[in-house]
Amino acid sequence: MIAYLIRRIIYAVPILIGVNLLTFALFFVVNTPDDMARMQLGVKRVTPEAIEKWKQQRGYDKPLLVNSAANGTAKLTDTVFWQKSASMFVLDFGYSDDGRSIGREITKRMGPSLAIALPTFLVGLVVYVSFALLMTLFRATALDMAGVALCVLLMSVSGLFYIIGGQFVVSKLWHLVPISGYAGGADSFKFVVLPILIGVMGGVGSSSRWYRTIFLEEIGKDYVRTARAKGLSELRVLFTHVLKNAMIPILTGVVVVIPLLFMGSLLTESFFGIPGLGSYTIDAINAQDFSVVRAMVFLGSVLYIVGLILTDISYTVVDPRVRLQ
Amino acid sequence: MKVLFSVTLCLLLAACDGGLWNNPYPTADDGKSILYSAFTERPKHLDPAQAYSENEYEFLALVYAPPLQYHYLKRPYQLTPLAASVLPTVSYLDKNRRPLPDKAAVERIVYSVYEIRIKPGMRYQPHPAFVPANSLRKLDGIASLADFAATATREVTAADYAYQIKRLVHPQLHTPIAGVMSEYIVGLKDYAAALQAASRAHPDGFLDLNQYPLSGVEVVDDTTYRITVHGKYPQFAYWLAMPFFSPMPQEVERFYALPGMKERNLTLDWWPVGSGPYYLSENDPNRRMVLTKNPYYDSETYPSEGEAGDAEAGLLADAGKALPLVDSIVFSLEKETIPYWNKFLQGYYDASAISSDSFDQAVSVGVSGEATVSEAMQVQGIVLNTAVATSTMYTGFNMLDPVTGGNSERARKLRRAIAIAMDFEEFVSIFANGRGISAQSPIPPGIFGHREGCTGINSYVYDCVKGLPQRKPIAEAKRLLAEAGYPGGVEAKTGQPLVIHFDTTATGMGNKSRLDWLRKQFDKLGVQLDVRSTDYNRFQDKIRRGDTQMYFFGWNADYPDPENFFFLLHGPQGKVKFSGENASNYSEPEFDRLFEQMKNMDNSPARQAIIDQMQEILRRDSPWLWGFHPKGYVLQHGWLHNIKPNIMANNKLKYWRVDAAQRDAKRREWNQPVHWPLWLGAGLVLMFAGWMGWVLRKRDEAR
Repeated sequence: MIAYLIRRIIYAVPILIGVNLLTFALFFVVNTPDDMARMQLGVKRVTPEAIEKWKQQRGYDKPLLVNSAANGTAKLTDTVFWQKSASMFVLDFGYSDDGRSIGREITKRMGPSLAIALPTFLVGLVVYVSFALLMTLFRATALDMAGVALCVLLMSVSGLFYIIGGQFVVSKLWHLVPISGYAGGADSFKFVVLPILIGVMGGVGSSSRWYRTIFLEEIGKDYVRTARAKGLSELRVLFTHVLKNAMIPILTGVVVVIPLLFMGSLLTESFFGIPGLGSYTIDAINAQDFSVVRAMVFLGSVLYIVGLILTDISYTVVDPRVRLQ
Repeated sequence: MKVLFSVTLCLLLAACDGGLWNNPYPTADDGKSILYSAFTERPKHLDPAQAYSENEYEFLALVYAPPLQYHYLKRPYQLTPLAASVLPTVSYLDKNRRPLPDKAAVERIVYSVYEIRIKPGMRYQPHPAFVPANSLRKLDGIASLADFAATATREVTAADYAYQIKRLVHPQLHTPIAGVMSEYIVGLKDYAAALQAASRAHPDGFLDLNQYPLSGVEVVDDTTYRITVHGKYPQFAYWLAMPFFSPMPQEVERFYALPGMKERNLTLDWWPVGSGPYYLSENDPNRRMVLTKNPYYDSETYPSEGEAGDAEAGLLADAGKALPLVDSIVFSLEKETIPYWNKFLQGYYDASAISSDSFDQAVSVGVSGEATVSEAMQVQGIVLNTAVATSTMYTGFNMLDPVTGGNSERARKLRRAIAIAMDFEEFVSIFANGRGISAQSPIPPGIFGHREGCTGINSYVYDCVKGLPQRKPIAEAKRLLAEAGYPGGVEAKTGQPLVIHFDTTATGMGNKSRLDWLRKQFDKLGVQLDVRSTDYNRFQDKIRRGDTQMYFFGWNADYPDPENFFFLLHGPQGKVKFSGENASNYSEPEFDRLFEQMKNMDNSPARQAIIDQMQEILRRDSPWLWGFHPKGYVLQHGWLHNIKPNIMANNKLKYWRVDAAQRDAKRREWNQPVHWPLWLGAGLVLMFAGWMGWVLRKRDEAR
């Protein structure tokens, strides 16, 4: 397994370089360093000298990919791409274009994002699996049909509706939790409870239907019939046998998102005033802050790769037949 | 499971602090003199040399104390001392630096010397930079300014003001007004060059600005300094009311330049250090920013005089009281308008602007057009304040364009025809809920040079009916269009339809109705409008290159003087030729001559006469469709006092007073939690669980 992991990590390097290159190309196709400077310096009284000065101070006055005026390796290293990319491979994200340490900002914002994302993920997983098992338990009955119809209904509703509706009913009409805001520590409970509920609610439709399909596929297999023949209760059959054997497809979708929980949710954080990472990338794109954009894309890629590796490892945990070589 | 249950229970108990369930603030803050406000976008800069945006000034104007400020109550807007003990004295010198009389001709004045005396005894906010030992210690264990155990203050000196002026051209800073000030402050251009050279020689070292002399700024003694500017420049006094001219202690710059500070996000651009009424005690722009009363601020009291009606409105009830009137101001980040609005209605914000979504809920417009709060708002004791902004939102023609531009009579008639067709009264009514007034010229109400009544009406576009402007009929526009060579919107010479290209950053479904409205205006003339929607970068690029026919722009006044609007049409400010602010590239020699004459004059009938001539030229040439001046609507709760709209003053929150007891009572009245949904939900869950258990038991029994 160690050899496999090392190989996967080595594979990750060209992937990350590719992602970085693609981000770089896409960003600079849309924005020039001059545009970035103007965005940072504002609209009023911006002189060409100020723009040049801004670019020079942040290293955007260099050629983008190849410095034909330089010699030797400097042709590649004395460029915007190299200067902005190389340090990220040692997780040194540098400074945003407005002068803030990106690493510190990420560290600071990660906590609030996790305060929403982690409980949403865990509670959601329990609710979705339980609801799917319930529908499986009552398969081909009116309750199952009603459950599927409810899932389709919930899937059809926009996430924004849940947020605005939840805020209106729970916060505005019933006055049970604050409409938006955040506080650290135990005080965070009243701020995160509604976003978590809404996050869970928003995923019930799609996830439960998906899990139901998986469970229905499993429930027709021979080992289930054997378990029933042994006299096990239906609940025991479902939660002990079916659930365990359905883990591979569930883990495929679940484990990969665990590392990405750090990245937060844009819409939820924005509407609930949660100071997480969700809006960091979008704010950076709007502000044309390349330093932040490339750092967040890089971090997202790293976390995604980590998620894929964790998924592979998790297969070996739930299914002893799987070997990583 | 037990652990999860225990953790949830603990969190629930912690959350139940005896306060209202939906209160976003700690219960311990109840009853305190705190003002609750919000911000929608994090400020980019908090360094007074770099900040220039309204959302940045909202904080900086309360943290820093420049020499002057705008009087809170008096109108028209006028300057009054803030850190200065009196208004600056101005003396004029000729080319040999010999004194000239105050009424000397402008041509003879080569230098103006502003002598500024600051109040003695003013002190800075408590800050670790004022403890010398903090600059010597290592930063291990320091993550924020609060980790420095020792803080101190010191007296503000005239040298600090002089130091800040030097910072305006610091090579590492981007001061938006560096160019303008270098043109005016004597020696600043050379000083900037000297700093550049020094910075290049020692790129990583601390640049000690005091090592280099600046001839135009002289520190006379601890409380007096002089600034010498080229020529006569009356508008300079307005700049002295902006944070650019705040005091800056050099030790603060040295403190923030210590190794390791930047890595910890401890910079002057993030943690301002001022001598104003508040200091920034918490700066988490992803969540909230908190201003706390500067314990050393004791140099200012609430004004004791205002304009007629202020006393009756209760605006002088706090006259003579020490400012600020609230202990702290909590600004919470609210990116979305819906939560902001709902929290205002619940009493968790003290004042709120009105978004278009909430306008009908908040405001009723009477038959005569007057706006009042709706009945629901009145029940809550909410009050409405309105004020016309010192801004103008205009649609410009590119005067370099062969079709719409130029000073020929043909082009003028074409532009005037379009000006009549573009019904901005309708635009304001539809898209701004009536919050604005159609503009007759670039100068908004409240600025010297603006005229009310028939004399202030743009006679090329409006008729004066009973003292009010009435847009000319569309037939008049059609006549002008025909005279311009485009009868019915078709070019007479070629028979080709006239197509006007309009560049805008408005894209997407949200702006479709506005763009459709625009097309409809041109349809009235039979002219085709080609809307070229683009992103902000491309739009700016087109404007810079002059690759546009029509565009939409706006301008907020830096200071209440007509020069700050007319310069947008001054020839030497042309965008294409000179990279200036004249995006229309308008150039009219007579207008430019009058501008040069007018800009250095004090407000007087003679200046008004020149302004009238300039207005006439602009209206005749119509390089802009004058658009409209937006009107700000602000709602406030009844517990908030001393509110008077003041567009120019960014530091108005220091005058506001909160009745915290009344606020607490109202919040309790409006926000009692509704418990039955919780009981109902719990009951349903239990019933469902019981039913399911029963069904399963039945099933197992059946097997």
